[in-house]
Amino acid sequence: MSVIERTASPEAMLEKDTLAYLGPAEAKKSEGEFVPKIVAFCCNWCSYAGADSAGNARASYPTNIKIIRVPCSGRVNPLFILRAFEKGADGVIICGCHPGDCHYTTGNYYTRRRMALLISMLDYIGVDKGRVEVDWVSASEGARFAEIMNKFADKIRTLGRNVRLEDIRCRN
Amino acid sequence: MQRIGVFVCHCGTNIAATVDVSKVAEAAKHEPGVVYAVDYTFMCSEAGQNLIAQAIKDYGLTAIVVCSCSPRMHEATFRKVAEENGVNPYMVEIANIREQCSWVHKNMDEGTPKAITLMKTAVAKVNLDAPLQEGEAPVTKRALVIGGGIAGIQTALDIADCGYKVDIVEKEQTIGGRMAQLDKTFPTLDCSSCILTPRMTEVAQHPNIRLFTYSEVQEVSGFVGNFDVKILKKSRSVREKDCTGCGVCMTKCPSKKIPNEFNRGLNFRTAINIPFAQAIPNVPVIDKEHCIHFKTGKCGICAKVCPSHAVDYEIQDEVIEEKYGAIVVATGFDQIDLHKFGELGYGVSKDVISSLEYERIMSATGPTGGHIVRPSDGKEPKDIVFIQCVGSRCEPDDRRGKTYCSKICCMYTAKQSIMTCDHIPGAKCHVFYIDVRTPGKMFDEFYRRAVEQYGVDYIKGNVGKVTPLPNGKLRVHGVDLLDQKEVELDTDMVVLAGAIEPNPSIRPLATKLTLSIDNNNFLNEAHAKLHPVEAATAGVFMAGTVQGPKDIPETVAQAGAAAVKAVALLAKDKLKTNPCVAQPDELYCNGCSVCANVCPYGAITYIEKEVRDHGVRETRRLAQVNPSLCKGCGACTVACPSGAMNLKGFTNRQIMAEVDSVCQ
Repeated sequence: MSVIERTASPEAMLEKDTLAYLGPAEAKKSEGEFVPKIVAFCCNWCSYAGADSAGNARASYPTNIKIIRVPCSGRVNPLFILRAFEKGADGVIICGCHPGDCHYTTGNYYTRRRMALLISMLDYIGVDKGRVEVDWVSASEGARFAEIMNKFADKIRTLGRNVRLEDIRCRN
Repeated sequence: MQRIGVFVCHCGTNIAATVDVSKVAEAAKHEPGVVYAVDYTFMCSEAGQNLIAQAIKDYGLTAIVVCSCSPRMHEATFRKVAEENGVNPYMVEIANIREQCSWVHKNMDEGTPKAITLMKTAVAKVNLDAPLQEGEAPVTKRALVIGGGIAGIQTALDIADCGYKVDIVEKEQTIGGRMAQLDKTFPTLDCSSCILTPRMTEVAQHPNIRLFTYSEVQEVSGFVGNFDVKILKKSRSVREKDCTGCGVCMTKCPSKKIPNEFNRGLNFRTAINIPFAQAIPNVPVIDKEHCIHFKTGKCGICAKVCPSHAVDYEIQDEVIEEKYGAIVVATGFDQIDLHKFGELGYGVSKDVISSLEYERIMSATGPTGGHIVRPSDGKEPKDIVFIQCVGSRCEPDDRRGKTYCSKICCMYTAKQSIMTCDHIPGAKCHVFYIDVRTPGKMFDEFYRRAVEQYGVDYIKGNVGKVTPLPNGKLRVHGVDLLDQKEVELDTDMVVLAGAIEPNPSIRPLATKLTLSIDNNNFLNEAHAKLHPVEAATAGVFMAGTVQGPKDIPETVAQAGAAAVKAVALLAKDKLKTNPCVAQPDELYCNGCSVCANVCPYGAITYIEKEVRDHGVRETRRLAQVNPSLCKGCGACTVACPSGAMNLKGFTNRQIMAEVDSVCQ
């Protein structure tokens, strides 16, 4: 793996103007209430479309879940997940097509195996394995998408802040 | 460094109501690489597109971020704008601040910060975007239609009339589908066969149409414009070119006690059989499961009596391989299994039948020659109860039925009650209903004709139970919600309007074609409103009840739409291919073959290549991706142990940058 460069300069990351726009979610954090950071990897064909369906149905889920679109859940490298933890994420969820329905035929089977392995190794490095989850959402399952996200957010909230892998230089 | 323009869309109030769009645009100005940021009411409108075009010129933009609806909606629109104005279309990223932000969060306090993060994430990605060039692939000028019902027939005829070759694959031994089983059609009371069979003949005679009946799609590979399909043509044990369809074999076949599927099991058929007289092709099939010759090696009567010596027990299944440019799926529907509704007497009494069985009883080609009689004793019923919504509009936790409305039952029940009164003078029909739904041209008039002219007794309410009585009658226990009382009716026959569901064959087919299906196994369209006949998989279209419940005119209209979409594809000489494909880095690749093992498309091969590394020349085994086979799933990128494989458009660095931005 080639060296990953920081995309934004430290100055830009600490830009005062942008901090001024941070809403109550961030404000709450400063008051002490824990708002976890959650990264959701969604495959383009099923889960990302499922998230769109959730939007169409106005099925609400917490704002602290941010979706990253990937062509297939099989594109998610376990290193992306470790990177997220390093950068301060408290939970990572990977969503793909239901087993057997992968747009690319077999991609989600690889995801299932890779993530099972990663999750078993998380325990080894001291990160609670509940912080990584894999689930399947089809394009029509908007309500299910919101339900999964709500449950996962609740779970991460109870698990608390993830400090184990965090690179303190990333704290701002 | 890129020169990035950020364009924030209000989408009317869809986004602007819960996201402070001006703040998003303001925040964008501070992001690395951003030289211009603006918000506007409708970015996808002509004025919005002009705004982008102007900004590209004025600010010399090299990359664009649009904060708007889902990329599944307008990514193509904005890529086109970029391309027309000299920016590579793959230098466009969409921040989905509508479906995944403004629509799921309640107010600006929640929506605005998230929209800003999503914008930043898109900017972080676009900073690492590289211009990509689309390849070109030729188009095979031949379409495949899967399913030979009215939807498939109409699609095939429309495509063939435009001058393109079409193959129909039908799993049954004849085309015609469900429509061939129906008696009359609402609201005009046209005879179903009379309007269908001329179309079937047209299919058989059309020079551009090839028919594969008693065949199934076995395997599909390739991509839009170039699908490779393997069709399993099952052996009929009868040579099609020799058979004249005289039917002597059927009269002499000694294996006569097989439930007749075409008549929904209401009578029996022989092991060698043609389902109905107008079948296309009019050639029998030997049912190997029931044929005495195939079971014991004896008999062979059909081969002896056949005047044209067409019966040949040695014919084997055949696999046909063909290339297609477009595929239309029209596999139709089936009625749900009503045995689950035992309380309504189905499977308990022979005189409780499904509506499709009743169609066969009413049909002149049916088991009773069109005379309406009770299946139990062959007597003419004088009183019939129709029960609607059996398995339709069920509660979500009732696993026996479906939550949706089957749409056609209200109208065919009105038709069946009218036809019953026409067939049996003095007959009395009762209909139990939840609602009568008649939205359609001349539909409500037709329903009112049943009530006013034929005196059909419509009772609003459910039926709880049907019990057979010792005198042969059936007692129907129901409620009348309008009069608020319980109803008990003794009747001769009960017809259940069972829910319709997609034909079960769609499930494995959807897997082969990588189609998206909903919880009820209906196919999902690429967009419910704007792409109603296109599947999310490029080059695949859908027609008829495989997409959702619909009646014949709607099916025919949709078939025409699917045909036009297929023709529009076939009319092109070349198609642009997806440039977001895998790319190995020669410096890191050690030729280990792991990537080739996970590739579902066989797109990765190996070459021996002479490379120079630190001044040393050596020959190395290197992975090579065939861009026309690669579909860009990225499985290989993760499998590669040395990190040599990358996916254009979704590179490791880009996804890492997105992760960083989200976690910031």
